[in-house]
Amino acid sequence: MTTATPTSVPTQGGLWAHLVYVLRDNPVTLLSFGLFAFFIGSAVLGPYLVPYDPLATNSAIALQPPNFSHWFGTDNLGRDVFSRVIVATRLDLSISIAAVALSFVIGSVLGAIAGYWGGWLDAVLNRVFDTIMAFPLFVLAMGIVAALGNTIENIVYATAIINIPFYARLVRAEVNIRRESGFALAARLSGNSHWRVLAFHIFPNALPPMMVQVSLNLGWAILNAAGLSFIGLGVRPPEPEWGIMVAQGADFVVSGHWWVALFPGLWLMLAVFTFNLMGDGLRDIVDPRRRT
Amino acid sequence: MLSIKDLAVGFRTRRGEVQAVRGISLELAKGETLGIVGESGSGKSVTSFALMRILDAGGSITAGEVTYSGIDLRRASEKDMRTIRGREISMIFQNPRAALNPIRKVGHQIEDVLRQHARATRGDAREKAIQALRDVRINNPEARYHAYPFELSGGMCQRIVIALALACDPRLLIADEPTTGLDITTQKAVMDLSQELIRERGMASILITHDLGLAAQYCDRLAVMKDGEIVETGPAEAVFANPQHDYTRRLVEATPRPDASVRSLLPADRRPPEIDYTPSDQPLLEVRDLRKTYAGKAGPVHAVKGISFTVNQGQSVGLVGESGCGKSTTSSMLVRLLDPTEGQILYQGNDLAQIPAEQFGKHPLRGDIQMVFQDATDSLNPRHSAGDCIAEPLRRLAGLRGKALRERVEELAELTGLPANLLSRFPHQLSGGQKARVGIARAIALDPKFLILDEPTAALDVSIQAVILNLLADLRARLGMSYLFVSHDLNVVRLLCDEVIVMQDGVIVEAGPAEQVMSAPQHPYTRALLSAAPRPPERVLVTPTLREVQSAL
Repeated sequence: MTTATPTSVPTQGGLWAHLVYVLRDNPVTLLSFGLFAFFIGSAVLGPYLVPYDPLATNSAIALQPPNFSHWFGTDNLGRDVFSRVIVATRLDLSISIAAVALSFVIGSVLGAIAGYWGGWLDAVLNRVFDTIMAFPLFVLAMGIVAALGNTIENIVYATAIINIPFYARLVRAEVNIRRESGFALAARLSGNSHWRVLAFHIFPNALPPMMVQVSLNLGWAILNAAGLSFIGLGVRPPEPEWGIMVAQGADFVVSGHWWVALFPGLWLMLAVFTFNLMGDGLRDIVDPRRRT
Repeated sequence: MLSIKDLAVGFRTRRGEVQAVRGISLELAKGETLGIVGESGSGKSVTSFALMRILDAGGSITAGEVTYSGIDLRRASEKDMRTIRGREISMIFQNPRAALNPIRKVGHQIEDVLRQHARATRGDAREKAIQALRDVRINNPEARYHAYPFELSGGMCQRIVIALALACDPRLLIADEPTTGLDITTQKAVMDLSQELIRERGMASILITHDLGLAAQYCDRLAVMKDGEIVETGPAEAVFANPQHDYTRRLVEATPRPDASVRSLLPADRRPPEIDYTPSDQPLLEVRDLRKTYAGKAGPVHAVKGISFTVNQGQSVGLVGESGCGKSTTSSMLVRLLDPTEGQILYQGNDLAQIPAEQFGKHPLRGDIQMVFQDATDSLNPRHSAGDCIAEPLRRLAGLRGKALRERVEELAELTGLPANLLSRFPHQLSGGQKARVGIARAIALDPKFLILDEPTAALDVSIQAVILNLLADLRARLGMSYLFVSHDLNVVRLLCDEVIVMQDGVIVEAGPAEQVMSAPQHPYTRALLSAAPRPPERVLVTPTLREVQSAL
């Protein structure tokens, strides 16, 4: 089908104007960015704003249901669940963002190399990724943490390793289809080396789909970290963390103290929900083609 | 048989409602072939989509009536439309490969259509499908029945698509740019075939195309569309020979034809004076026995089998051939993106074939040899603004920065006729012609001496093509560049080139001065290429001088 050529294109707005446009265009994106801002706010300012010390125990008020002084109730040691849930945001977000950043960088580099040069390098890298993906990923992460040692850094590494293939494959495909494109050849005629063509001309074009992957992955990484903590790997009590809190709260659900597990679980769900919704919005922001 | 009255089609977009078709009226009689001609964005495809009711999301018929044999197509239920599509009206799309399911055997795809419309039963479907293949003159249809689309050439795929479209004996066939992207000899074969089949079956048809010459040759009546409106309609010969509307006249003039000069493609009131220019007879580039062999799965593939030619300083040489003839491989080797297997590329006496393509990026001669790519859209980085695209070679190879860089980019924009305020736009915000200008500006940024033009106008509308060809002719005269103009269209090549080389299967079959090759082709392949070009009816030139001559006689 033939399409009309743009005759009246508004002048280039700045990134800000584009951001406002994307957010206005899609209310779901607006909602997700709002939630994201809330989580970032909790992570940065949470520890200074919460009403109680998340580690302070007080057995006199143990297992109180939600009320005006303890919005989310208290747990079995009398700690304020609300304070703990908010303070845990920082740790959970840090783990997931660090893990995703690490897998994004490593996956992009390996995928771009495989996609651009192809050949035996591509074949070898692909088989390595296949091998990683062939394992049940959570079990693999468990194994890595168990082998490397039970620390927060190792949760980050484990989460990063199991996510690398997703980025690498995506980048590989995106780079591969553009390897022979006119603009890549033109860049070489302009005196760019292969590395420069790959890094500055082809790779940036893979960013829009990558953003969707990043955002889905952030949610997934939070779940993963929480899952590892839930089964007792990684973060250790009494450190506030959503996974552990759900694990500890689970024991009290049968006895009717639902709030101990529900609220950290709810926050976990909200965080995953936010990141999943953010994907499309992020893609629209990094894609110059949306700027019309 | 088909009657369209005041049809209007609108699309909801982010920038409000866009009217793609603004109240057009058409009549199509039984057995008639109607050509709808227009440039991109004229609404010609949208019209056909609207009457088949297959508009994209957001598109809707906002006004008017479409009646086919008494059926109101605008209000018919979706269920009725499904029966009508294929059985009554069927359609051939632009890209035959995209129109076929890549993972199903072509024979099965024909069977699907036959059985969908209850034209065949499980028992006789296979036989009927083979007959359908035979009808579109496919050799050995029993074997081709089992072929997958990727195993067939573009022309074969289009024949399959025609077989699909005609499988249920529709009474109206709509062909939307059926030969765009096909080689010129294939185009002729496909068009001749479909014309024959349409006549045999007494069908009516609508040919939608941007090529006025093609439409004039194969249609009884033409409707010329511009900006969603029909500006002129009439018998094909009359429209072509004596266009009434200004726009039609511009289109007719812009269509490359054997007797035209590059300036005569432009509207009469917009022809700048020609710049006097004669190429020198000093050789700039000499190609000697150049070969390229790829390692294929079934043994070596000889893409280029030893070609030799010379390009003089300031000379334009046309390299003509159909897809697979080795012309793209040749241009990649000359522009030093690809290493030849054997042979010499002597540039001012230096053998460039000795320098690996890998290292040529840093060679001082890199700026001397540049290229304009085929598809302007594909050759511009979607993430870089037009200005950045032009600045890239200047930044990397000339080391220009800051103010000097900006001034040079603006100078180049002016040289190529690109308004300076467009430099900050991204490629998707530019029209096809503007993108072509950006590509040309980038290629000439370093003052190259030798420029390879790889079908630079293939993706452009004819009126834009006329402007770009003139721009290229002027640039050559002003900057004294040599061109290697790679194309499949001899009529276009002739406009710009002094010499023409015709390639077939990796060898040069004919070479010589452009006029000589065009008027007295020696090789049968050259003759086939020339005769396959659409032959529009002779145009009566209504120039005052001719009228005076006629009255004097």
